[in-house]
Amino acid sequence: MRTRLVTVLLALITAILVIPGPAATADEQGGEALHGQIRHPGDRDQGVEGITITVFEDEDEIGAAETDPDGNWEVELPGPGTYRVVVDQESVPSEFVVRETAIVAGGESEVEVEAGDRRPLIIALEAPGATGDDSSASPSEDATEESGSDGAAPAEEGEIAVGVDSSASFGERVLQLVAAGLLFGLVIAVSAIGLSLIFGTTKLINFAHGDMVTFGAMAALVFSSGAAGLGNSLLAIFAGLGAAVLAGALLETRLGRGALIAIQWSAILAGIVLATVLGVLGDSVGWQVPLWMAAVLAVLMGAVLGGCMERYIWRPLRGRNVALIQMFIVSIGLALVLRHVILVVFGSGRSRYPGFQIQEMVNFGPISMPPRDLVVMAVAVVVLVGVACLLQFTRIGKAMRAVSDNRDLAESSGIDVDRVTLYVWGLGGGLAALGGVLYGLNQVVEYEMGFRLLLMMFAAVILGGLGTAYGAMAGGIAVGLVAMLSTLWFPSQFMQAWALILMILMLLVRPQGLLGQRERVG
Amino acid sequence: MDILSILAESMRSALGPVAAIYALAAIGLNLHFGYTGLLNFGQVGFMLVGAYGVGISVAVFDLPLAVGFGVGLLCALVLALLLGIPTLRLREDYLAITTIAAAEVIRLVYRSGFAEPLTGGVYGLQNLAGDFRALNPIPPGTYGVGMLSYNASHLWVMVTTWGLVLLMAGLTWMLTHSPWGRVIKGIREDEDAARSLGKNVFAYKMQALVLGGLIGALAGCMMAVYQAAIQADQFKPQVTFFLWVILLLGGAGRVFGPVLGSMIFWFLMSFTDGVLRGLGNLGLLPFLDGPDYGAIQLAFAGLMLVLLIVFRPQGIIGDRKEMLINVK
Repeated sequence: MRTRLVTVLLALITAILVIPGPAATADEQGGEALHGQIRHPGDRDQGVEGITITVFEDEDEIGAAETDPDGNWEVELPGPGTYRVVVDQESVPSEFVVRETAIVAGGESEVEVEAGDRRPLIIALEAPGATGDDSSASPSEDATEESGSDGAAPAEEGEIAVGVDSSASFGERVLQLVAAGLLFGLVIAVSAIGLSLIFGTTKLINFAHGDMVTFGAMAALVFSSGAAGLGNSLLAIFAGLGAAVLAGALLETRLGRGALIAIQWSAILAGIVLATVLGVLGDSVGWQVPLWMAAVLAVLMGAVLGGCMERYIWRPLRGRNVALIQMFIVSIGLALVLRHVILVVFGSGRSRYPGFQIQEMVNFGPISMPPRDLVVMAVAVVVLVGVACLLQFTRIGKAMRAVSDNRDLAESSGIDVDRVTLYVWGLGGGLAALGGVLYGLNQVVEYEMGFRLLLMMFAAVILGGLGTAYGAMAGGIAVGLVAMLSTLWFPSQFMQAWALILMILMLLVRPQGLLGQRERVG
Repeated sequence: MDILSILAESMRSALGPVAAIYALAAIGLNLHFGYTGLLNFGQVGFMLVGAYGVGISVAVFDLPLAVGFGVGLLCALVLALLLGIPTLRLREDYLAITTIAAAEVIRLVYRSGFAEPLTGGVYGLQNLAGDFRALNPIPPGTYGVGMLSYNASHLWVMVTTWGLVLLMAGLTWMLTHSPWGRVIKGIREDEDAARSLGKNVFAYKMQALVLGGLIGALAGCMMAVYQAAIQADQFKPQVTFFLWVILLLGGAGRVFGPVLGSMIFWFLMSFTDGVLRGLGNLGLLPFLDGPDYGAIQLAFAGLMLVLLIVFRPQGIIGDRKEMLINVK
């Protein structure tokens, strides 16, 4: 087998070596070029379109390029040498000027290009009058100007909009940040309960949890903004999958194996067929629901997604006795698949839920919040109390805690562990989707939001104790508060770093977390 | 769609410097996961501090390249200690969580406006390769046969990166065939057994973490030198996941696993990219735009990770028995 593989590889290599190829060589030799991306100084994930860049060799014009909608430009060069790059000041939007750097002076730059070099050249824009070190201060000014209409300025990637009036006194800012931190913490807590419960019942760290959050936010966006062709298809697929999982959970003991599999597969196939038909029909069966209804749909779909992952991926893997480390890697792979399928299906744009962007602020003494934030907090509190009641007082909730405590003991005392795990995944998926909707309402919806929230969720569950639902709640609120309050003294980009530092300190002092039980480690 | 030119282009990227840099980082990861059983999901963080060590020293402080390499490796050492001290005494999942979070947080900090005077923020740093190119001993000209021909500066990059890969592979071989290597393999198989033999498991794990991290940082340094410019957004978490695919594809716990894995991985990536673009140009993929191809490739990498670990955890040249770690 191995010798055959090697022979095939060798044959392939020789074949390629002997083919004289003009196509590939043209690409590499003499492929000197200059390229770059000009970004919007306020929002660095956006490019600036229509800036003309001309390249001269001595006094001869070699080529010119105009930036595309993403701000990218590229000029092909005839060969190695020294070139002068000139940014056409006329084409730069009047509100910006080209920033002076070591390389770019007065909109001009001397660049040396070596043979075969495709060199990037950095050209930055800034507001007139702003010097280099000032640019970090300008976003906060923007936030102040906008805070009358809308608390959150569009946040840069990786940054979480704080939305606090920076002109207020220290005490007022503390109160405002506590409110913002509470809000953020509640959102983290709602999303993180599932992560913690899943860890408790299966000892698996679900790295795909963040992308389940994104999925919820995106699904709610689709239904509330009326992209019905896509929405219909998604609904049909998830209805089919949900029916299959539910049938499996409810009828397992009553039907024979063959009949059950037939029912499940026909449900899934029916869902796919229906989805294709609806997809072909497109937007002709259009409808739109208010955001709360869309959120309910998103939560249901999130629950189905979680249930499917458990039923069709994790349960078979446990059946094959795949080791835990391998399961982590599988969940990382799943996260990658899920995130990029979401990217392809829903697109990479950054959007907000329609109709909730501009709201009158409601004032409580020094704290002012838009009503949507109040609703987010209320929903989060109600859901957290509801989940706590579910865990504390219902049969299934007690079973979940029992399995979470000790899987073998629970199994031996007659609890159907597989079914409880399925419910835990459903609950976790639904809560993650809800967390996504709440987070999207507060910030922006985009395909990487869940992954960023995942870092905060990790900090929360470790802080509270891996595997405990109440620990995730307490940890989430603590992480949210610390992250927001850190912006009093430190730049807001370090928010996530502080959450991480809090987590590392907790690991040093009390590895089992706030509410975790001590186990023998190390 | 020209299948032959796509194949040739894929072959070029399989032998190119990027594949060598990823192989180097995967060798570090192999030391972590393949030999010691440490779950490092943040190898890209080590690459980032290595690359920025070179970048900041050369572009901001105008220091020689050798100092840049030193700074990069030193940063990686500090990062490994910071990550290892709180987590290596605990179960393996804590290291996994901490590394994945730390790598992303470091990226966000390096690209923040606050750090811009030093790191260049989102724009990154450039003009890093002057010293390296001045060292080039190869006279200008074109070398090679047919489609696999390179000019002098390309050849120089390839010689150094693949040379480093061979060097580090040799180092791995020597380390793992030493008494030290037998202890870390023992830790991978059964930590408690190693501890009961009187070995300081924490110290051994820390040494492995630091060593693998340093190799990762070296890969980052080479990346800065090869591209002559670095941006924080090149160090997104998916780089780590690529490294995992490379490691598992080639075979974890094998000296040449990461090298072979990297070649095959970049061949496949380039090939799927070429085929997708070819199909797109023929109009066979009407519902996809250009940017979606990259996303499909990443989803494909994720799928490859899942399928590999489920159906062939030992990879292409691995030993299945070695990969059944942690099964109790």
